[in-house]
Amino acid sequence: MMRSKVVFLQHFKKNNSIECVYFLDFNKNSYLCSPFLSMEICNLLFFNYLLTNYYLFMNHYETVFILNPILSEPQVKEAVDKFRKVITEHSGVVSHEENWGAKHLAYPIEKKSTGFYALLQFEADGEVVEKLELAYRRDENVMRFLTFKLDKDALAYAERRRNKLHNKEK
Amino acid sequence: MAYNNNNNDVRYLSPVTAEVKKKKYCRFKKTGIKYIDYKDAEFLKRFLNEQGKILPRRLTGTSLKFQRRVSQAVKRARHLALLPYVADLMK
Repeated sequence: MMRSKVVFLQHFKKNNSIECVYFLDFNKNSYLCSPFLSMEICNLLFFNYLLTNYYLFMNHYETVFILNPILSEPQVKEAVDKFRKVITEHSGVVSHEENWGAKHLAYPIEKKSTGFYALLQFEADGEVVEKLELAYRRDENVMRFLTFKLDKDALAYAERRRNKLHNKEK
Repeated sequence: MAYNNNNNDVRYLSPVTAEVKKKKYCRFKKTGIKYIDYKDAEFLKRFLNEQGKILPRRLTGTSLKFQRRVSQAVKRARHLALLPYVADLMK
């Protein structure tokens, strides 16, 4: 269900006779409502607006994780699919996936000098991150992982990078 | 005499050169880059010295805002073993 953050519902009485109802949403845009609506209907309208425009406050995240280099190809795919499932199970959408293959590490991790790098960019609710990180910690093949949120600059950059890679492949 | 008139100026052993200081600028502000990618190890190496340490802003000329982002990106890259924590002769 949708989590409602701070909602301002302001009820003005102008000139002691006219009542106006304003909604202030998260971006501090104010919407004027008809003065003859009751509070319950106003709330319903507001939630409806939220559902249609915000649909669950999806944040964009990016994870990079390093897998054991000893794994074979199908095992690597399996591992990546496992984390994908964790995201999609909790109503997330994976927007991009990259596999950098075996790369040389700058310093030995768990006594190994190479590792399989994989990148996942996804859109999900905030609770998914903890579950994903728990899955990473439980898996023995994952040596390192990093998850972080993408702000709009980062998102724009990720798009450009994706397009560049796409064009290169062609 | 002509010889004496010429000796009014001070003579230096080597000619005085007025050095023009290279104006340092923040490369991110100039080029309008807003996001620094931690995945670009080659790009980030410009902000490190040969031992892999992050260079101070007075040497690279970056502004405070972007220096902080650069250091965050370098630390992320170090965590993911794309850049070393300690090195010799990295360049």
